[in-house]
Amino acid sequence: MPDNADNNLTLQYAVRLGDDALILGHRISEWCRNGPFLEEDIALSNSALDYIGRARMFYGYAAELSGGKKTEDDFAYLRDCREYQNLLISELPKGDFAWTMARQLIMDVYYLNFLSALSESVDPNLAAIAAKAVKETKYHLRRSTDWVLRLGDGTEESHARLQKAFDEIWGYIPEIFELDELEQQLVDKGVAVNTPELQARWQEEIRGILTEATIEMPEVSWTVRGGRSGYHTEHLGHLLSELQYMQRTYPGLQW
Amino acid sequence: MSTEKLELFEVFIRSKRGLDHRHIGSLHAEDHEQALEYARDCYTRRSEGVSLWVVKSGDIVASQEDDSESFYDPSDDKPYRHATYYKLPDEVNNM
Repeated sequence: MPDNADNNLTLQYAVRLGDDALILGHRISEWCRNGPFLEEDIALSNSALDYIGRARMFYGYAAELSGGKKTEDDFAYLRDCREYQNLLISELPKGDFAWTMARQLIMDVYYLNFLSALSESVDPNLAAIAAKAVKETKYHLRRSTDWVLRLGDGTEESHARLQKAFDEIWGYIPEIFELDELEQQLVDKGVAVNTPELQARWQEEIRGILTEATIEMPEVSWTVRGGRSGYHTEHLGHLLSELQYMQRTYPGLQW
Repeated sequence: MSTEKLELFEVFIRSKRGLDHRHIGSLHAEDHEQALEYARDCYTRRSEGVSLWVVKSGDIVASQEDDSESFYDPSDDKPYRHATYYKLPDEVNNM
């Protein structure tokens, strides 16, 4: 049996994985009714729901680990920016359609590798959530790969927009593959995923797709990090003000 | 972007093994591959099926209203083409 200290570490880890999913899911949900055409609008909204469902599973597990002191809604609605620990790449504004698809490709390739690894965690709950989420991620990746190939190898304008998107996002990628002290401790116990180990494979898979899409791999000359310690971009506050509006305005509101 | 430049596809779904594919609706997509993905998103989110077909609507050859006289009317006065036309002997319980 894990002791309380271990429980607390796992709780924090589950919350940050929930944060990643909730914030990225919210960004994708911003396409709902703004999609380029109806079918794509529905497809994007479906993906957003997958992420929000994933956030609920991670928060639900964290709530369980809190021994009933917290609920999943507490994590989602009653924490401010500094308490959120999502990766910065998740909170960046959705941009144009090419921008959204560039981020999705980066995240989908990452998530497929990450969740496959997490499904072998010694923590059975995290492993089960990952095993469930990996299936939808395969489909997400199929879609984002498809769009990156279409846009990259499409018209001059779609190519230029997609290249610009990757150039703008690239500096947010290193943070994905870094471990802080919390994660390092959990990696040592076999609970968390050793993300630095995933980077080489991620790089190769992305390179393969970008090459086919005639997109150049950007050279990283700058990087931004801080999400895992609660230091966010100016965008997260605006996102949360919308996401949390109902609970902040009508505390304790139930459906 | 609008759907003007996209092709129209008809979607067929097999709800479970052993049953036939049934027409369920249509959608716009760039090509077959994308049509299959959108069919998944638009029509299978609630476990509706185990198999999908997508066909370009333009590839379907349909009978026309004008054809009905020559296509269907001739069978109207031929009830013996229906099994119910025949009286079964009592010895045949179930057929």
